[in-house]
Amino acid sequence: MNPASGQDAPLLVAQGLTRLYGTRIGCADVELEVYPGEILAVVGESGSGKSTLLSLLSTELAPSSGRISYRGTDGVMRDLAAFTEAERRLLLRTQWGFVRQNPEQGLRMAVSAGGNVGERLMAVGRRHYGDIRSEATDWLGRVEIAADRIDDDPRSFSGGMRQRLQIARNLVTRPRLVFMDEPTGGLDVSVQARLLDLIRSLVSDLGAAVIIVTHDLAVARLLSHRIMVMRHGSVIEHGLTDQVLDDPAHPYTQLLVASVLAA
Amino acid sequence: MSEMPAITYNFAYLDEQTKRMIRRAILKAIAVPGYQVPFASREMPMPYGWGTGGVQVTAAILGTDDVLKVIDQGSDDTTNAVAIRSFFQATAGVATTTRTQDATVIQTRHRIPEAALSDRQVLVYQVPIPEPLRFLEPRESETRRLHGLADYGLMHVKLYEDISRHGHIATTYAYPVSVAGRYVMDPSPIPKFDNPKMNESAALQLFGAGREQRIYAIPPHTRVVSLDFEDHPFEVQRFAKPCALCGARGVYLDEVILDDRGGRMFVCSDTDFCETRRADGHVGELGVAVPSALAGKDAA
Repeated sequence: MNPASGQDAPLLVAQGLTRLYGTRIGCADVELEVYPGEILAVVGESGSGKSTLLSLLSTELAPSSGRISYRGTDGVMRDLAAFTEAERRLLLRTQWGFVRQNPEQGLRMAVSAGGNVGERLMAVGRRHYGDIRSEATDWLGRVEIAADRIDDDPRSFSGGMRQRLQIARNLVTRPRLVFMDEPTGGLDVSVQARLLDLIRSLVSDLGAAVIIVTHDLAVARLLSHRIMVMRHGSVIEHGLTDQVLDDPAHPYTQLLVASVLAA
Repeated sequence: MSEMPAITYNFAYLDEQTKRMIRRAILKAIAVPGYQVPFASREMPMPYGWGTGGVQVTAAILGTDDVLKVIDQGSDDTTNAVAIRSFFQATAGVATTTRTQDATVIQTRHRIPEAALSDRQVLVYQVPIPEPLRFLEPRESETRRLHGLADYGLMHVKLYEDISRHGHIATTYAYPVSVAGRYVMDPSPIPKFDNPKMNESAALQLFGAGREQRIYAIPPHTRVVSLDFEDHPFEVQRFAKPCALCGARGVYLDEVILDDRGGRMFVCSDTDFCETRRADGHVGELGVAVPSALAGKDAA
């Protein structure tokens, strides 16, 4: 099943992914595959293990058991546990992106917008100031931040602008896989709508795969091709987004869908 | 050797075991150029910030036949320089000098002497904050990881910010360098004017940070490159006029206020260099010819 592109090989595969916090379950026995260019939404209520899953997939947390494999640009599937830390860091700032719910965590608040966008470029060895700056300007334009704000630091930005800046900072290296943790959380609905529109057009331009964690079913419906519903750390239902949301099979999913106000 | 001091200290103040410990750290630092080696820094009879790191390194390498020179901001006669010089006179009884070419060990704060150093000289720097990434990344655990992985993109973010705010790289001292193509290092708060002198220097360069408990080194003839951008290359400060006393050009100058009507002059920050030139007969626009008796030459 691969709705977004003709490529058959998955980009990221998780098998039996489990994380325990002592005896408490963070997430248990999660299986998933993400294909190039597709958007996978992970939904569920607070405490259902969505964020734990995202931390595991992005190697921020080590799994208690299970394995995650990633297909590099060379087409070879490799176990992420076998990556050295240097390789893992390179992956995180070139082929991957991570957009956090709270932009203060994903941005350097004391560094100008241009510096924030340019950081990844400099981290991979770009040393031409003019080029870095023009690329940063280009990306600020793509996320609808005026070019004359390039030297302002994000503390002077509104919540929506900060989130857009964080997206630009992550997408500047044209990542193949982007993790998003509630990217529209805490924003008012009109700003949310524009941000979702932006995310959708940017990732389709780049052809990036996205794993997006959200508790908002409307966000999932708007953005994602496939959806996974989590509860108590386990995946209870997954499938095509419209199929799951319009015809939920599991009683909990039915409850979740029914509790959305005019979705 | 001069007469024994009234209170007898072990040679150069520190006990032999401590000196061995510091020497081991120094050897490791020389073996891994630019890498900050932790060491068990001792309390010294002076406050932190007055060169306790440099003093411990000097104490560990000093021998009885060494000739010590101590400079502070290029000058031999400022408080810090005088205090440390007399400290080693009292505790080690070694010969001291103000002449750069006569010294075998030069302890310095904020400058590198103008005269080229030779392979029989060791330059010891006093370092307040050894970590070049400190103000970008406050966590020590993280900066160590960044050094370990040679992950120095952050350093350029700092330079980027400089250019975007000021139109040029506005960092003028403690300008970060890459040592032997591997570690990024803080050269201590020397002006960036002195950075090129570190590159391929014939002298051994040792850096001691007492409060932060780190020693690092640049072995002789090691490549030291100041970080920059391709379109904003590293540049040193330039001075419009030569030294007012000795007329030297291409040296680092200090501003001296002359009166309360805006009068000022710029003179060599390296006092020994300036005096040597004046003794050789060079005179700047505000200078006077040095009488030969004062110049240390035979009277005519």
